[in-house]
Amino acid sequence: MSIIISNISKSYKKVNALKNISFDVKSGELFGLIGPDGAGKTTLFRILTTLLIANEGSAKVADFDVVSEYKSIRKSVGYMPGKFSLYQDLTVEENLEFFATIFGTTIDENYDLIKDIYVQIEPFKNRRAGKLSGGMKQKLALCCALIHKPKVLFLDEPTTGVDPVSRKEFWEMLKRLQQKGITILVSTPYMDEAALCDRIALIQDGEILEIDTPQAIVKHYPKQIYNVKANKMYQLINALNDYKYNHSVYPFGEFVHYTDSRMDFNSKDLEVYLESKNLSSIEIEETKPTIEDTFMELAK
Amino acid sequence: MNNNNVIEVQNLTKMFGDFTAVNAISFEVEKGEIFGFLGANGAGKTTAMKMLIGISNPTSGKANVAGLDVYKQAEDIKKNIGYMSQKFALYDDLTVKENITFFGGIYGLSRKRIKEKSATLIEELGLESVAKKLVGSLPLGWKQKLSFSVSLLHDPKIVFLDEPTGGVDPITRRQFWELIYKAAHQGTTVFVTTHYMDEAEYCDRVSIMVNGKIEALDTPKKLKQQFNVTNMNDVFLKLARG
Repeated sequence: MSIIISNISKSYKKVNALKNISFDVKSGELFGLIGPDGAGKTTLFRILTTLLIANEGSAKVADFDVVSEYKSIRKSVGYMPGKFSLYQDLTVEENLEFFATIFGTTIDENYDLIKDIYVQIEPFKNRRAGKLSGGMKQKLALCCALIHKPKVLFLDEPTTGVDPVSRKEFWEMLKRLQQKGITILVSTPYMDEAALCDRIALIQDGEILEIDTPQAIVKHYPKQIYNVKANKMYQLINALNDYKYNHSVYPFGEFVHYTDSRMDFNSKDLEVYLESKNLSSIEIEETKPTIEDTFMELAK
Repeated sequence: MNNNNVIEVQNLTKMFGDFTAVNAISFEVEKGEIFGFLGANGAGKTTAMKMLIGISNPTSGKANVAGLDVYKQAEDIKKNIGYMSQKFALYDDLTVKENITFFGGIYGLSRKRIKEKSATLIEELGLESVAKKLVGSLPLGWKQKLSFSVSLLHDPKIVFLDEPTGGVDPITRRQFWELIYKAAHQGTTVFVTTHYMDEAEYCDRVSIMVNGKIEALDTPKKLKQQFNVTNMNDVFLKLARG
């Protein structure tokens, strides 16, 4: 096991940020912590990277205890915080050199690990970090977190505020790092990224809702979901919310995801009901659950 | 201007020195439409939007927003639009009620009107129990819903939303979209800029900017058909990666 979290709780003045959290991350795994802002993701990252002490429970990272052996952990892990934390007034190259020096190594020594990523920002190596675009800042931050060849990499919302093209490239980079044997714990509020992880933990309000592979999590969804569509979206949502047999009604892009509380649901009944509410062009089709459907069902 | 259009843009261009940030874009948005304005970081979305809301002068081209000309009537445009950003814009150290009163005042509403609006808004959002609490103490999702409602206080013709639901939990997010659908249903035009493609799926029509130009504009359904993919994220990747 690369990360072992046992009954961790943490509260700030009034808020219970983490409530009795336990899970393990296997060596070499790409593990996703999926949850909205305020779920407790950053608090957990700060505890695991020894920047914060839990009120209760214990945790081990790379076989070291997060409290008694914190110094060893700091040498063994890379941490990319959610907020850009490099030196804005140092250049790209200076930042990287600085982090290498702090960890008692050189850029050359571990260049192999960052090469794929660094070549993309190398043309700008004399530019100050503060003047980089969002995507380039993110790549530089990743290089700095990797320069001492960590065993475990912690990435706190690396793709927040990043456009789809850069996001895709970023996940491709993570896959390559994983192949080099690095264990990765990554957090994201974006449910579509969950599918790219080996296993995920769904987290909300400081509690783990479920832990499993993304495939297993959607398989556990208890109901048949229907894509419902009609000529008027707002009226459709209202009509479905008023329907006495509904179990859940969630807008989902051009459709509404609907589940029914009855065992013997017949879509024809629903169609007749919607027609009685003056809706037309009604479509009702079976669809498969997504991670987001599961998350909402569990958080309900 | 077509009576039903609340935004009309023709060959709108913005240059910074030699760099063309927005390159002759043209489009229309109808009353009550939810219009998604997409693009990668640096594609020119923000620059284009700044021209539409009257805080940046175009280099050339035409744009008419809420029946007003962006060159000559920029100040009037500001009175006819609402704006909400993902970067939360209410005052954390004022209460829910105080924030509503403050922004109502800024928008020039009468005291009586502010009182009425404040009461309906608090009731609709179910914020009765926290009306006298500091906004800073509310969960993010509540803040976002409140922020959206505040941007509609002065009954604007168009509301501009900048990545409105980023980071919000999935259930609250849907409640937020229900508010957006409601506003659109009542005739407010909703202009959403985002680079999160799942937000794009909710829009009536979306445009996608690449390097200063609008490279695609249609309903999400037709765009997915056109590019033969199942979601907007893949549409975007095909366009932006070429």
